[in-house]
Amino acid sequence: MWRDASLVAGRDLRIEARSRVALQQVAPFALLVLILFAFALDPEGPLLERATPGLYWVTVLFSAVLAVARSAAVDEADGVRDALRLSGLDPAGMFVGKALAVAAELAVLEVLLGAGVVVLYGADPAAVGLLAATCVAATVAVASTGTLYGALVSGLRVRETLLPLLLLPVLAPVLIGGTRAFEAALDGSPADGWSWCGLLAAFAVLYSAAGALAYGTLLEGS
Amino acid sequence: MTAITPAGTSRGTSPSGAPGPGPVTRPTVPAHTGSRGTRVVGWAAVAGLALLLLYGLVVSPADVEMGDAVRLMYVHVPSATYLYVGCFITTVASALWLWKRTPGWDALAEAGAEVALVFSFVVLLTGSLWGRPTWGTYWVWDARLTSTAVLTALLAGYLALRRLDLDPDARSTRAAVLGLLLVPNVVVVNRSVSWWRSLHQDATLARIDPTIEGDMLVALMVGFLAIGLVFTWLMMHRFRVAWLEQQADRVDLDAALAARRAEASPAAGAAGADDRDGGEVPA
Repeated sequence: MWRDASLVAGRDLRIEARSRVALQQVAPFALLVLILFAFALDPEGPLLERATPGLYWVTVLFSAVLAVARSAAVDEADGVRDALRLSGLDPAGMFVGKALAVAAELAVLEVLLGAGVVVLYGADPAAVGLLAATCVAATVAVASTGTLYGALVSGLRVRETLLPLLLLPVLAPVLIGGTRAFEAALDGSPADGWSWCGLLAAFAVLYSAAGALAYGTLLEGS
Repeated sequence: MTAITPAGTSRGTSPSGAPGPGPVTRPTVPAHTGSRGTRVVGWAAVAGLALLLLYGLVVSPADVEMGDAVRLMYVHVPSATYLYVGCFITTVASALWLWKRTPGWDALAEAGAEVALVFSFVVLLTGSLWGRPTWGTYWVWDARLTSTAVLTALLAGYLALRRLDLDPDARSTRAAVLGLLLVPNVVVVNRSVSWWRSLHQDATLARIDPTIEGDMLVALMVGFLAIGLVFTWLMMHRFRVAWLEQQADRVDLDAALAARRAEASPAAGAAGADDRDGGEVPA
């Protein structure tokens, strides 16, 4: 399974390295959203600073929708789905591979966005351990859930509009947990944030398992 | 889908057309989803609602603290309960469909989600109307209110996936995976939202007075009974509509197959099939 996962993840990341859609379109979009938030909320006042954790995670979720849609779209052209189905690769491995590729893209994006909020919003990254752990747990959670729901809508004409409707309500706990953990870390009271980090980790484990189990069924039934 | 039904009926019951291996022996598709069972449940639901009006508006007293707004609770609490029952039915039926692959489970999953969506609107509406006099506002970021709103979005997403123009088997498979995740999603969202709110409010707003008794308790029980009958009645009809839709899909496919067969053997098809097929099958 892990060999298959690394094959699929390597393929997705190679496609990304050559097409640079995530780097040249999704990442600038995410930074643009940060700037738009500054327009919407008064950047001089205390509002932006207080809202920074929430804005950060909302931006991550919106960008994740784009990254997931891109990851699912890669499999649609030229009968790739049929080829994957016939390849004999383990479906769970395929799921893990695709999720890992999305997670890698999201991790780069989160570092970029982190630098963005430090520079643009003046956030003070105090408890680095909690911030990093939260990012890892949330990234795995978003990537596994997104890959599962991406497979649910793949091949549909309305997938761009249906994916956010299906995915974002499910990811509401990730937004809540990530925001609370970041608030605790930026307030300088990281002890309050670790339980939220635990919630994110449990969410990540749950949806990774669900995706690994369901991916084969979804691949066969389409 | 009611437009399909007359065509399906004529195709199924008229023995005059299409000799040979044609679409003659379709199972008869009924013209409506009513039956003796649904009529009994339907009239029982009407009687139950009348009883609920009597108990909710006349017999039971106004609450000491909430006043007349408490009467909304006799609709609100049962509706919320059956909302979760509908979600549960969808998840169990989805699991059984993935296991057994019998079409009935698929229809049941669809019926459960759609009826649950109706009840979620009832819950949100009655909750807001109740909140206005009690809390002074239509909406507060109460844990239950917020998670019900997210649940409505989850159900809407599930039903949107069901409405897509896709191969029926593929659609059922995807919907079943999504339906299987429905109850886990609801649990995770409810837990995290209530945890989120409990950190910001000292006491969550109690919805139900735990020491409810007397006529108010009877009214609430009547509410459970009446709304339960409405739920059952809606589920029966919705299940049959979903089942008819599946039949209609199959009838169309069989008719198209028969038309192609008739083209291949003109001697068999010339007599009756040609004039019938013209209007029904896009050739």
